[in-house]
Amino acid sequence: MTADDVVLSAEVFEAFRTAIADGPIDFDDLYARYDHETERFEFETTETTRTGLSEAGLHEAAEEYASYITNWWFVSSVLDDRSPDRVGFVRWLEAASEHSVPARYDALASGVSRSWGELHITATIDEFGDRSYELRHEDDTNVSADSLDAHSNPLDAREIGTFDERDRYRPLRTAPSLPTGWVFSDLSAIEVCETVDTFYPATIANWYRESDGTLDIDHWRDTAERQTGIYGIIDELDEAAVNRIAASCCVDSQCLKRREWEYDAETELAADGGSGVFPCREPCSLVVAAARKWTTLEREEPQTYEFELTPSEKEQLEALIDAVADDRTDDIREADVYEGANRYRARYLREKRIDEHGNLSGTPTHPEESEE
Amino acid sequence: MQSLVIVAHGSHLNPDSSVPTHNHADTIRAVGAFDEVRTGFWKEAPSLREVLRTVEGDEIYVVPLFISEGYFTEQVIPRELRLDGWDVSEWDSDGLSASHTVLTATDIDREVHYCGPVGTHEAMTDVLVRRAESVTGDPDVGDGFGFAVVGHGTERNENSAKAIEYHADRIREMDRFDEVQALYMDEEPEVDDVTDYFESEDVVVVPLFIADGFHTQEDIPEDMGLTDDYRTGYDVPAVVDGHRIWYAGAVGTEGLTADVILERAEEAGASIGNALEAVRERTRSTGTSDSAGSNEPAMGD
Ligand code: SF4
Repeated sequence: MTADDVVLSAEVFEAFRTAIADGPIDFDDLYARYDHETERFEFETTETTRTGLSEAGLHEAAEEYASYITNWWFVSSVLDDRSPDRVGFVRWLEAASEHSVPARYDALASGVSRSWGELHITATIDEFGDRSYELRHEDDTNVSADSLDAHSNPLDAREIGTFDERDRYRPLRTAPSLPTGWVFSDLSAIEVCETVDTFYPATIANWYRESDGTLDIDHWRDTAERQTGIYGIIDELDEAAVNRIAASCCVDSQCLKRREWEYDAETELAADGGSGVFPCREPCSLVVAAARKWTTLEREEPQTYEFELTPSEKEQLEALIDAVADDRTDDIREADVYEGANRYRARYLREKRIDEHGNLSGTPTHPEESEE
Repeated sequence: MQSLVIVAHGSHLNPDSSVPTHNHADTIRAVGAFDEVRTGFWKEAPSLREVLRTVEGDEIYVVPLFISEGYFTEQVIPRELRLDGWDVSEWDSDGLSASHTVLTATDIDREVHYCGPVGTHEAMTDVLVRRAESVTGDPDVGDGFGFAVVGHGTERNENSAKAIEYHADRIREMDRFDEVQALYMDEEPEVDDVTDYFESEDVVVVPLFIADGFHTQEDIPEDMGLTDDYRTGYDVPAVVDGHRIWYAGAVGTEGLTADVILERAEEAGASIGNALEAVRERTRSTGTSDSAGSNEPAMGD
């Protein structure tokens, strides 16, 4: 199908004619108006300009350029009354601001895909210009839909997004750990928004505000100073610690939101904010809760310890930290003793270097206390 | 367009924490009382900070799915939702009587109806009783049974004990159970000594908590002696000192809690048609609550 094959139903034409009678339509390369004095219509698209049309003439033009009319109808009927962020999102899905109506219809006929976090969203169109949407995990892009679990209720996304592929709870909905193996098909424009907003709550609203130039950002200091109760202490953390938090929690490997908050309005953090499509406008509750722990940890003074380790043992400790930090422990094969973070290797190191009190190299954590 | 926003605690550690909130939201969606039903959380997404910007309606009712008035309903929620001009005197409450107030949420520059918590509403008494029916499998349970309502003590929040007393009194006034007793986790009368407070052989124990978690699944069962180790589970009923203890788990998991959410919104001015009857019917026949005795170990928050 191409834009030329679009069919204009009697219902849509009637709605179009009635709307023009009420006032001119000026939308996405379509301009149409009715002159009440001359009782004639004007009809203009990027491809044609027709004036002095009778109703029959208008009908003929509308049929010839049906893609423009159905496009107007889609936005004014289906998206009518919806919040501007959702309208903006649905329009973004079909790259409305980048292509002319016929070019867009040609593309939609074979499917236009966008990615949103780990979601792969495809918009398609039928001969009446009605859109429908399919949504799946980006890693399933080339998988046949038949082999995926089919869903149609947007709220199913809640359960899909609660656990990762290994059945671990996902406290951060925007972590890059959505499980694969499911597909939502035949969604309406409203439903696709609902589904996306269930996988990634409030991302559409914040993305839209950003594109609109009205995103309100609460930087670290604003957020920290607002806290009360057990989180009231996190404003103790200095910029260096906050930078470490951002580097630990907010980079793309940990969270798909693009961090837009900084230490404060004047002080940018060096950590990478990421390149996600939707922004993060303030430190989230997970970061605030973790920051509380780091606040108490940062109150400790460093001490000098003396350990004896072979060079390989030192490297092994580094490898262990890396494996945990990069969530690779489950990927290290049981017999792969060449990996420092291999289980047997870790057990051997513990046997050798950690005493019965759990102290590395037999060195007490608090030397003064253990002397007592 | 009329919108309901249920706000709750949620958890970074325990996936069960938000389950009751979602279940009740689904129940209310199914009866069609609101054009949209949204949920927002302190610890999950969308956050309390951002939930209002996902709302499309212009008549917005915010109902806190919390047990008592206190830190969350009086400080955290109004602050995070950015309710302009909030002051706790808006509610003019004695700790139990917060009903609703109207304030502008500066995040969206729209008015919202901010309601009192679910746990202090009188209809919550019926949910406690329904929970007893669910856990015993007997719609007429009462005769020959004692009923214990369990909560935190005053240590953490004075109002939380008030809510426990309030519902215990109301259940007593029903004259349905042989004995009714309020019990606490961190003060006298303590839940540890549950069997000392009842003569009845059968005792239903219902914690006034919103969701199952550390307290309801680990502490209370172990404190009462239902099990030595919560991980090995316990029977419902379990025999302790010659009493049969019917331990129900968190009352907030009971499907009828959706009714209380609706009552709060209706009192704040929402027009919900016959949704209350529909919810009562629905939660009776299908029961969205967890099955009795399910006590999968879960981490608290
Ligand atoms: S604060 Fe960091 S981890 Fe939290 S949502 Fe924003 S970018 Fe993600």
